[in-house]
Amino acid sequence: MGIWIMAGVTFREAARKKMLWMALAAGGAFLTLFGTGLHFQAKDFAVHGMSPVLRREISFAMLTMGLYAVDLLAVLMTILTSVDTLSGEIASGTIQAVATKPVPRWQVLVGKWFGFVGMLTAYIAIMVGGVNAVTYVMAGVTARHLIRGCLLMWMESLVLLSVTFAFATYFSTLTSGVLALGLHGLAFLGGWIEQFGALTQTHRAVNVGVIASVLMPSEALWRRAAFEMQSPLANAMRISPFSTLSVPSMAMVYYAALYLAIALVVAIRSFSQRDL
Amino acid sequence: MSSASDLAIRTRGLRKVFGGKVAVRNLTLEVARGEVFGFLGPNGAGKSTSVKMLLGLVFPTSGEAEILGHPAGDVKTRSKVGFLPEHFRFYDWLTPAELLKLHGRLYGMSHRVLRESVPALLSLVGLTPHRDKRLRDFSKGMLQRIGLAQALLNQPDLIFLDEPTSGLDPFGRRLVRDIIKAQRDRGATVLLNSHLLGEVEITCDRVAFIKDGEVVETRQLDGEYEEQTTVSIRVVNVTAEVVNGLYHWTPSVRCEGERLTLTLPSSSLLPEVVRYLVAKGVDVYEVTPRRLSLEERFLEIVGSDGGL
Repeated sequence: MGIWIMAGVTFREAARKKMLWMALAAGGAFLTLFGTGLHFQAKDFAVHGMSPVLRREISFAMLTMGLYAVDLLAVLMTILTSVDTLSGEIASGTIQAVATKPVPRWQVLVGKWFGFVGMLTAYIAIMVGGVNAVTYVMAGVTARHLIRGCLLMWMESLVLLSVTFAFATYFSTLTSGVLALGLHGLAFLGGWIEQFGALTQTHRAVNVGVIASVLMPSEALWRRAAFEMQSPLANAMRISPFSTLSVPSMAMVYYAALYLAIALVVAIRSFSQRDL
Repeated sequence: MSSASDLAIRTRGLRKVFGGKVAVRNLTLEVARGEVFGFLGPNGAGKSTSVKMLLGLVFPTSGEAEILGHPAGDVKTRSKVGFLPEHFRFYDWLTPAELLKLHGRLYGMSHRVLRESVPALLSLVGLTPHRDKRLRDFSKGMLQRIGLAQALLNQPDLIFLDEPTSGLDPFGRRLVRDIIKAQRDRGATVLLNSHLLGEVEITCDRVAFIKDGEVVETRQLDGEYEEQTTVSIRVVNVTAEVVNGLYHWTPSVRCEGERLTLTLPSSSLLPEVVRYLVAKGVDVYEVTPRRLSLEERFLEIVGSDGGL
């Protein structure tokens, strides 16, 4: 019961503080811009009399670019919106009135976690759905494995959410934010090193990328999502700039699921055992 | 000593060390059910940390603590406990009625019960006219009032009030006093942490003076004066021999002209002392027992450094 009360409070807080609406407004602006770009692109296709295959590949590339931007936004949204919920309430003492109620601390944390999961799920579904809908209307193209890709992006957000929660039970808001973003930055850089390593067939560079993904599998999930969603031709020819030269395996996806669970357990344990 | 079931709070050698700093050294305390108990001490004496340990917010380094017969921090016991934190911070985007409903739901109270109790509590703390305002627009005193209402939501058996009157005007303080009295009449135990000694003196049945995380002294505030009493006696025909005889009761004897000043370990010895003086032929004109006020005793314990 405590879980759902806290999840509801977290959701309501985001709505009351206008965070939810601002995120949706920014998302609307993003989709409008994306749609405008696609519109002019489609017009140019007609003027230049481009071949249908090329048209389709360029539209796919635009779609992947849009999804890449959504992924970056989701990463930032996850960390920025959730980083203060625990450390901020611990620092201000707001948590004291809640933690003295007959609700175990783990339920307080998991409730907040579910609140954010709800919001991020809605955000990712709306944004990924929106980008796909716009591309379909403008260019007749949608992601190859839309649901699979969307779930992988969702999982990436959940990994980051759990890691941010775990940091926030130990550190201040600012430190937790820096750590969570820094860790994702490491994974991001590792992902690109892996791509270049694969391009130049430098195995040690690929290994550096793999190690970075073991330390933080968030970026690997995006690369797998991109692989699932972009065109088969782009995947086969390895011509996409969006990270499919070295495709993370399903083992990495399972590892990320385990990583997510461990981060959440660490957060619960730390929050349950710390002084408030 | 009271049996465990009569006690609302029981601690044994409770200790808390943060890093290398000892916040609570050795807290041993018993508070009976139905008592209004004052927790007094200078800043940094460990009062708030002690309260947090009793509530399970802070984990003790060593020692034991029980509230209402269960280990401190027990989740189920919290349904019988109310708490007003010292730095009352709540979700300021809520209205007072929403805040009470949220905390009521966390207590496991049904919507039906809350529909009745929330307006009643808002009325009790005088916030009915402000029920639709957001808490972020509340003054410190108004926040203190809503915090108090929140602490009473579940009709608790044990209520911790950490500095409940610090942000309140005289009307607010009166309200807190009346609420504490009503809670005592209901049979609840109240632990009051306050710097306002006058408030404590009026409200509490018993107080504990805390210094450096230890109980230095507990003092009964209701009923007969049983503890140390200073007496001023105006006498004529007193001799040095008679004055020396007074050391039988106390080492603290001062004679200045017609004024004898004694500090007796218990006020119950006073009639005995007067009988002795009269029997020795001393003319006794006036006997004025002067109990140390809470403030005097507080200052005596804290010392001139103010506990810093």
